[in-house]
Amino acid sequence: MEVPILRQGQYLIASIQSALTDADLSHLREALIAQVGRSRCRGVIVDVTALDVMDSFAVRTLRDIAHMARLRGAETVIVGIQPDVAFAMVQLGLTLKGVATVLDLEEGLAFLDSRTKATLDTKPKRGRG
Amino acid sequence: MGEELRLPIAADVDVVEARQQGRALAAVAGFSSGEQTVIAAAISEIARNILMYAKKGEIILGLVQNGDRQGVSVVAIDQGPGIPDIDRAMQYGYSTSHGVGAGLPGAKRLMDEFEVDSVVGRGTTITMKKWRRSI
Ligand SMILES: Nc1ncnc2c1ncn2[C@@H]1O[C@H](COP(=O)(O)OP(=O)(O)O)[C@@H](O)[C@H]1O
Ligand SMILES: [Mg+2]
Repeated sequence: MEVPILRQGQYLIASIQSALTDADLSHLREALIAQVGRSRCRGVIVDVTALDVMDSFAVRTLRDIAHMARLRGAETVIVGIQPDVAFAMVQLGLTLKGVATVLDLEEGLAFLDSRTKATLDTKPKRGRG
Repeated sequence: MGEELRLPIAADVDVVEARQQGRALAAVAGFSSGEQTVIAAAISEIARNILMYAKKGEIILGLVQNGDRQGVSVVAIDQGPGIPDIDRAMQYGYSTSHGVGAGLPGAKRLMDEFEVDSVVGRGTTITMKKWRRSI
């Protein structure tokens, strides 16, 4: 089950449509990182609304995506973690440490807008200082 | 005890299948959707361990009853390398594969009963159960 990756302006949006195997998750990670490099986008949104379970492999892959994207200059935000899924994830002792999470796609876009604006705003200041 | 569902685990699609079947069985047993997800997450971790450490094995799902309490049981069996130090393997963060080390301790926390039976060179059997909270 391949995860479609759409480009919207400066952002890449990966919408998970169903439960994913470990191989599917690894493919998603590789595809996103390749596209971040190629398209020089500023942000990545991974929509996990349709994910049935967030186990240790899924959490680790999402963390890897966020960290690798950051190294290539893009912010990542995870959207749509369902309450039941979040509960089981916490019980497993898993956290998305260092990875932004918001409720839905709209908030995800707003988050990335504020993030990318913030960097643009601070850049000239840093240059002067 | 009622019927059993035996699911072979030999590829990553089997892990997804096992957790989805577990969720369906939990729904039949009357578990809430939150509890179904909890059971599915525990199955996902244990099934992945079979694949990762033993290459193949089996997950057996069943309904269990204790008095008027209903529950589901999950038995994971493999003939893999076994676990030399079970106490250590049950510690959060311990992993021989650079993994997160959350699978065994996490699954134990998610379920009500959790038992590991493992003999080095012979294999591993993990038995876990979750009971419906009486209303
Ligand atoms: N079925 C199994 N057969 C052999 N060893 C296992 C099995 N399941 C778990 N283990 C051992 O227990 C350790 C801890 O497992 P787990 O908590 O799932 O963490 P992780 O899989 O991230 O390493 C594993 O690293 C492995 O050494
Ligand atoms: Mg594991």
